[in-house]
Amino acid sequence: MNRKGALLFLLGTTVATGWPTLAGAAENGIVDTGTTAWMLISTGLVLLMVPGLAMFYGGLVRTKNVLGTMMHSFVAMALIGVLWPVCGYALAFGQSIPGGLVGWNSDYFLLRGIDDTITNGVPEYILAMFQGKFAIITPALISGALAERVYFRGYCLFIVLWFLAVYVPLCHWIWAPDGWLFNAGASGVIDLAGGLVIHVSAGVSALVVALFLGPRRGYPKIAMHPNNLVMTMMGAGLLWVGWFGFNAGSTVQSGLDTARALTMTQVSAASGALTWLIIEALVFKKATSLGFVSGILAGLVVITPAAGVVQPSGALILGALSSLVCYYALQLKLKLGYDDSLDCFGIHGVGSGLGVLLLSFFIRDSWMAKASAAAGRAWTAIDQLQIQLLGMGVTIALAAVATIVICLVVEKSVGFRIDEQGEMVGLDQSLHGESGYGLVHSDR
Amino acid sequence: MKKIEAIIKPAKLDEVKEALDAIGVKGMTVSEVKGYGRQKGHKEIYRGAEYIVDFIPKLKLEVVVETERASRVVETIRQAANTGKIGDGKIFVLTVDEVIRIRTGERDNEAI
Repeated sequence: MNRKGALLFLLGTTVATGWPTLAGAAENGIVDTGTTAWMLISTGLVLLMVPGLAMFYGGLVRTKNVLGTMMHSFVAMALIGVLWPVCGYALAFGQSIPGGLVGWNSDYFLLRGIDDTITNGVPEYILAMFQGKFAIITPALISGALAERVYFRGYCLFIVLWFLAVYVPLCHWIWAPDGWLFNAGASGVIDLAGGLVIHVSAGVSALVVALFLGPRRGYPKIAMHPNNLVMTMMGAGLLWVGWFGFNAGSTVQSGLDTARALTMTQVSAASGALTWLIIEALVFKKATSLGFVSGILAGLVVITPAAGVVQPSGALILGALSSLVCYYALQLKLKLGYDDSLDCFGIHGVGSGLGVLLLSFFIRDSWMAKASAAAGRAWTAIDQLQIQLLGMGVTIALAAVATIVICLVVEKSVGFRIDEQGEMVGLDQSLHGESGYGLVHSDR
Repeated sequence: MKKIEAIIKPAKLDEVKEALDAIGVKGMTVSEVKGYGRQKGHKEIYRGAEYIVDFIPKLKLEVVVETERASRVVETIRQAANTGKIGDGKIFVLTVDEVIRIRTGERDNEAI
């Protein structure tokens, strides 16, 4: 974003308020059609990831829960899609209120003051909508941890509260030009497209929710099979494509940084997929499709924070390490016995968290030179790692504490965990009054 | 009249059908079923975790023939579906009281 990764490249100094001038961007008031066109495409690509995620998750649950699971992703487009223009954008990207917990800008309330605004050559509406797509997909990611066992109303309340209490503050701290983590250290926490704001926050919250709700009935004794891995593979494909908008769009340019982010995204995803394939080939002598797409995701989430600062060799290593670590994180889940049903923590939290920290060691020299200039001394990987650790600690603390409180509120008010009968019959029939497929048996 | 129900391996369907065609069986009904016998379950791998799947996919073949042809049909299915490995399936032979063709109202052997 112009408040996001791009700033990290271009600015060595603290930006208190106002907009930086991007290289090659037009003056305020004149539309830079190249950048605007790419940002329009990126906005569409990130939105495409939401149905992609719905398909990915939807295919992994049992037949009786396929629609309920897909609705968890789709309803975020409606709930957050309304909240974002009403107050989300103002809270996340307005100027910090005293104390800096969130921002506020009354011009952004209902987006009423940006009708004519063109920021660095891009209509502000596009920046608001682009950011809004990230706000939509983040709570939807958590639905992987609570799959097959919550009331729809409880889920809706949960993501609204989570959006306000976790997403909005984190987004402000890490991405707003006056956010305190944006300005930590020499050149801020490095989080191009949401390693912390999106994946670690969603992943940690997913773990908390999974522990709060307890496992699905019968887990892990009863094998709970994916109902449609074909759909899961198509969803993963859409996610990969959409991720180009997610990462490369987050540079808020149509230029060199964009090209870098896109390349690293591709390289890391491929490396992750290949690594998972090899692990399973060695361990099971079988190359599973679900393992392959899990590797794609592991490669994508690890590069999300890092795509702006690492180079292809770094992206290759990060993608491979992510698959390796995520693979063993999932083994650990089986041993510990908690039911993060679709592995939101095990892949998004672990993989992206790994990227947030390890990127410190793969940063390109030009970035480090700028950081050194800003710091007034030699800025090292260890210096940056400390900043990344600070961001990580803050993200984990906020996500964990807020999520447990939200879980309690939802459970005590509208109800969160579904009743036994509803869970056995399945979400589709008991909550939505529908069934996903025609004559297919619904017993698994 | 006899109804022959054969539970077979899905991969054997084509061979069984061709063999039955060759001896003049005019129709059959096939359904996808799941179950287990001595073969027990098999293993499936999801994200690095192996699961035992108790119910294995099989096909159930149903053929109704005149009583005197039943033993030949049974033997044909048995030979065509045989791989010699555990899990080849089973054949059940049942007595049928009546057969009615819906379109014409023909009964029993004419309706088969």
